[in-house]
Amino acid sequence: MSPSLIVILVASCVAAACALIGSFLVLRQMALLGDAISHAVLPGIVLAFLFTGERAPLPMILGAGSLGVLTVFLVEAFHRTQRLKEDASIGVVFPALFSIGVVLISRYAGQVDLDLDCVLYGEIAYAPLDLLYFQGNSIGPKALWVNGVVLLANILFVIVLYKELKLTTFDAGLAAALGFSPIVLHYALMSMVSITVVGAFESVGAILVVAMLIVPPATAYLLTDKLSTLLGLAVGFGVLSAVLGYWLAYLWDASIAGAMATVSGALFTLVFLLSPSYGLLARWLRQLHLGRNLSDQLLLLHLHGDDEPQSTDQLARRFSWRARRVETVVDRLEQREWIRRVADGIVITPSGELAIEKGGVGPLRHRPASQ
Amino acid sequence: MTKDGVSEDPRGGDGTVAGGLPDSAKPAIEVHDLTVAYRTQPVLWDIDLSLPEGKLIAIVGPNGAGKSTLLRSILGLVKPVTGWVEVFGAPYRQRRSWVGYVPQRESVDWDFPTSALDVVTMGLYGSLGWLRRPGRKEREIAVSCLDKVGIADLAGRQISQLSGGQQQRVFLARALAQDARLYLMDEPFAGVDATTERAILALLQELRSTGRTVVAVHHDLQTVREYFDHVVLLNMRLVADGPVATTFTNENLQRTYGGRLTVLTQAAEALLGGENPEISNPNV
Repeated sequence: MSPSLIVILVASCVAAACALIGSFLVLRQMALLGDAISHAVLPGIVLAFLFTGERAPLPMILGAGSLGVLTVFLVEAFHRTQRLKEDASIGVVFPALFSIGVVLISRYAGQVDLDLDCVLYGEIAYAPLDLLYFQGNSIGPKALWVNGVVLLANILFVIVLYKELKLTTFDAGLAAALGFSPIVLHYALMSMVSITVVGAFESVGAILVVAMLIVPPATAYLLTDKLSTLLGLAVGFGVLSAVLGYWLAYLWDASIAGAMATVSGALFTLVFLLSPSYGLLARWLRQLHLGRNLSDQLLLLHLHGDDEPQSTDQLARRFSWRARRVETVVDRLEQREWIRRVADGIVITPSGELAIEKGGVGPLRHRPASQ
Repeated sequence: MTKDGVSEDPRGGDGTVAGGLPDSAKPAIEVHDLTVAYRTQPVLWDIDLSLPEGKLIAIVGPNGAGKSTLLRSILGLVKPVTGWVEVFGAPYRQRRSWVGYVPQRESVDWDFPTSALDVVTMGLYGSLGWLRRPGRKEREIAVSCLDKVGIADLAGRQISQLSGGQQQRVFLARALAQDARLYLMDEPFAGVDATTERAILALLQELRSTGRTVVAVHHDLQTVREYFDHVVLLNMRLVADGPVATTFTNENLQRTYGGRLTVLTQAAEALLGGENPEISNPNV
């Protein structure tokens, strides 16, 4: 395998795993907690290094997992005292844990095969160099193995507990009443997040983990109304960011992690603007359309109540509209032959009356029948 | 078992509670010495209560009276400081499959990416247990439950696209899917339109006619007499409970609501309305 391919594969595994588990963070409105965990696992990783003296994947994952659970526990403990709101509890807990990790790294720099640069910005470019050995033989890059296994674990976790995750995320009260403990699932999910961010940590660094955990699911959320589709799309956006990001970094000779996060941000912006259902543009167009319909309707109903022709000046005063707006509305209605210009103003036509009768004018049509 | 008709209940049977009509001697819910506190603030104080089976029961009281907490205690969702609750003579944990729950509509995020049918299917998760997934049979039951609340045509609709009344119907359909003997509902009539209110009432009456018990937190004092058989008046302590005819009195309402004039006026109207249910008096 070429080094580029290895880097792309590792990044894709990390991105897919993060997107999958991050989707549930986004849906549970816990994006910030995910960010916190991604930082707070650092001392766990460092301690695992210190105890084992090497970069063994399993102790690292265990160390990170326990710190992740500790983070969630501490955040909730502070929150429960009702002296701190949840966001403040998160803000207190994760910098404290992260900084302990930073201090440990700098204090034991000689013994720990980790430096602050790689903690903050990742070191995915070196992934092809660090090989995993089995009975003395190289069996491929370690990062690929670790992140591949983590991805597999995430996929299994989501598949096996799909129903339970969905229920506790949507309606924790019913979940508890039905005997699916939301607390157990919450901690299970957070443990998976902790494990997942270990890989992300090494690849893109603490600062950008959240770009992989939150941004692809947030992008997917704007495009679909179905949970399974959301998960698929989130994974797709994550992998796309990884691949395009690597390509960009190669092209510009820039930071791989930075380029990947930039791409995921750009994809989000694009979708945010252009999504057919929830995009800014679609909403703007819808509002424009509804606004036009409303103006049309107001003017038509006003003429409907009056037998006298109305001049555009009268209409402008009546609605406090600018003359140009009146002209535009009048033009539009005239084109539909709902009004007619006569010598001393504007009158409604029979087909205009019919349109009102049928409720076919603008928002009248959208009035829900049941209310 | 029928598989073709959506309006037919795929579970078959005559629509009554599985195992025939229950022993009427045993209460549906028994609450004993229940005290619940959030931190040091008591919310329910020394509640003793026995609710009969097969009735429509309203829990009534002012804001903060502990109505929702009482429901949540019955469901084992809050841990009491003292006391216990039994459902059909056993702790809730052993009676889960007998109890359906309709939480407050505002308690969930309606922007969640899922459809009406999917939400109703969630009512069947309890009977599926851990790990097993809903299949075709569950889907059919869910569709038939949506049909019972009159919105089978909205099965595929994303839930944020539903009106408030339709969302409440989805929640009721989900509870129906649980096929329970006892339904606990937290303000099922809150914020729904008149059509939905009538539909919900008809549904509750149908549940009662098949021997089910419904316990609902209710806010509208005007309709207590018309809608319910039995009433629980609550204000942290239990003020009174019993059949609406004898318990839902002006005196008991005053004891429940204290000196809050607007509420008392409302209560008086409710009482007057209740005594002359056929005549609507415009002078009241």
